[in-house]
Amino acid sequence: MNMMSEAAVEKALDKKMTDMSYKMIGNDVSVYYGEKRALFDVNLNVRENTVTALIGPSGCGKSTFLRTLNRMNDTIEGCRVTGKITLDNDDIYDKEIDVVELRARVGMVFQKPNPFPKSIYENIAYGPRIHGLARNKADMDQIVEASLQRAGLWTEVKDRLHEGGTGLSGGQQQRLCIARAVAVSPEVILMDEPCSALDPIATAKVEELIHELRANYTIVIVTHSMQQAARVSQRTAMFHLGQLVEENDTDKMFTNPDDQRTQDYIMGRFG
Amino acid sequence: MSTPLILLALAIIAIACYVAGTRRALAIAGGLSSNLHSRQGYYGSFVAICATVPAAIVLAVWLIASPFYINSTVMSGFPEEVKTQSEAQQGLSFGMVGGLARGMDVLTLEEIDAVSANPAELRSLLGTKGVALAGDPEPWMVVSAGDLNAMQKISSRIMTAVVLIIALAGAGLSYVRIAPRFRARNRVEKVILSALVLASSIAIVTTIGIVMSMLTEATHFFGRVSPWEFFFGTVWDPRFAAAGATASEGQFGLIPLLAGTLYIGFVAMLVAVPVGLFSAIYMSEYASPRVRSIAKPLLEVLAGIPTIVYGFFALTSVGPFLRDISAQLSGLTTGEYANFIQAQSVLTAGFVMGIMLIPYVSSLSDDIITAVPRALRDGSLGLGATKSETIKKVVMPAALPGVVGALLMTASRAIGETMIVVLAAGVAARMQLNPFEPMTTVTVKIVSQLTGDLEFTSPQTLVAFALGITLFAITLCLNIYALFIVRKYREQYE
Repeated sequence: MNMMSEAAVEKALDKKMTDMSYKMIGNDVSVYYGEKRALFDVNLNVRENTVTALIGPSGCGKSTFLRTLNRMNDTIEGCRVTGKITLDNDDIYDKEIDVVELRARVGMVFQKPNPFPKSIYENIAYGPRIHGLARNKADMDQIVEASLQRAGLWTEVKDRLHEGGTGLSGGQQQRLCIARAVAVSPEVILMDEPCSALDPIATAKVEELIHELRANYTIVIVTHSMQQAARVSQRTAMFHLGQLVEENDTDKMFTNPDDQRTQDYIMGRFG
Repeated sequence: MSTPLILLALAIIAIACYVAGTRRALAIAGGLSSNLHSRQGYYGSFVAICATVPAAIVLAVWLIASPFYINSTVMSGFPEEVKTQSEAQQGLSFGMVGGLARGMDVLTLEEIDAVSANPAELRSLLGTKGVALAGDPEPWMVVSAGDLNAMQKISSRIMTAVVLIIALAGAGLSYVRIAPRFRARNRVEKVILSALVLASSIAIVTTIGIVMSMLTEATHFFGRVSPWEFFFGTVWDPRFAAAGATASEGQFGLIPLLAGTLYIGFVAMLVAVPVGLFSAIYMSEYASPRVRSIAKPLLEVLAGIPTIVYGFFALTSVGPFLRDISAQLSGLTTGEYANFIQAQSVLTAGFVMGIMLIPYVSSLSDDIITAVPRALRDGSLGLGATKSETIKKVVMPAALPGVVGALLMTASRAIGETMIVVLAAGVAARMQLNPFEPMTTVTVKIVSQLTGDLEFTSPQTLVAFALGITLFAITLCLNIYALFIVRKYREQYE
């Protein structure tokens, strides 16, 4: 009983929190791929300078939700989004919002490392260059170095900045992609299973990096690994069959979830 | 039996063997095919193959070898005074004998008896029967023709007998070998494998054969004209290849032809590359799946139009149109209606060839651009790049090696293209830079040197082979280089 009331108190606190502490707010978000509905009225808020993990079995809509946050779903033929998503109180699906600007503010790291077939330097400089973030070469060098340092890659690659980015190992490639996303100074970074193609050591490095990035960025990460969600996130949201089952503090989620389905999934009974 | 009849008999034997072999295999297995090593059909196929393949090989060898034997025997029976003649003369005589032999098959016995007394009438008599002879036959020819016919008949009979005996023996021997544990499948598959190998080696052997024949003819040419003069000569003036007219030694300079080829190819690529590339970018990046599903096959149909059609499109429409419009233009600017673009010109040929090449460029590039992984596009879009930035800075650079390969392949097509330039480029072998004037290409000259009444020993004709091998070498190099680039590009993403 005591536990229950504690949860109730926390919920009350949640409600009291002003919208300002939420970086992004999703309101009744539904996604359709053609006739098929992939997301059902999801209400999920993303807190500032917090790592929010999205978990759930395959095909539950967690990646779909992630991609609505920077409108990457726009690139998919026949995909339609309803509901409202705001970034700092701006509706990102508003006609006034330029999707290009949005994606500069909400960066993305993908499942498979996808460095461009260019040099390491050019991979990082790509984003700042198109957004005009550097006045001159020295500025650009500085941005490249800072981004690589943020991604914990600087010491490994500083002597071969002008070699191809595809020549790095898988883990280095993924950190390069994170550095690339960081280089355009986004406010939010979305990560779609960033470690699923990496070995455990590279995974540990990326997780450590996520931990450090939290100080400056709001991070939303989709993961298949429950342990990873527990390790890197403060908030966890559980999706099932296109619906948001539960969203809670990570600690609570993994010890005493409110929903039976979350319990079952975390215990490994399905998914 | 005639050859088609023998083949028919072999086919019937094969079917019978298949049926019998299958039945026997099943009977031996007690009606249960699971008792057999291979499926029962393989036993039938094994018997059929054993019956027909050796027989067919013997038949083929016999058909090829027996005429040589018979011909040499008949020729050795020629009178002494014929044998002392030149080889060409003997060949002519033998041709007469062959004609006579065919003719005598048509005649009845009485007619032969009637004319053998007077061979001079034979020619007119055969003429009425539809067999034309080159000259009046001499008496010894009639005898030889009789020999020829007799030998051919005997050969045909022996061949029929041998082939049928081999077929039946093969059938019988293989039929008795059928046993439940007999590995029929392995044997049949070995035969099928060798058939597949044979089929693919035919293409390779043919290519080698073509190159060899071009090389030998080209060496004959280079025996008459020095390679230096050919490859570095700046004047193309082969004169006429009149038989026996040795005085008219021409000049065979490759340079003007090569210049024309490259110039027209350049103009064609100037048209085809931008249009083709832009359409490829539209198709792969912007077009909706519906548009793409209609437009892409349409473009590929365009690639299937025979080039002769483009040729007369150039000749009857584009050329005159350019000529008239240039006349109008000069009329407007100078007041004098003189066309500065010739109907047959580098521009006409290059433009129409460019149109022809558009589908190659766009279809090949489209495939290559589409093959750029979606992840790269997403990565760029996810950084806030616009679609056009993504295409210009990520997709195209990634696709570039493949696109260059595609363009090289297209260029080699442009260089080897014949019909359009024959009709639209003109025949004047000149070295000049004005695209409104006619020029000519290597392919046009090959056509013009090889059409008409020819003597295949003069340099005027042999030069076509030298031109051909040069062209082949150029396009081969381009294609190999293109393949090399495309392959290197593929490795990047696999």
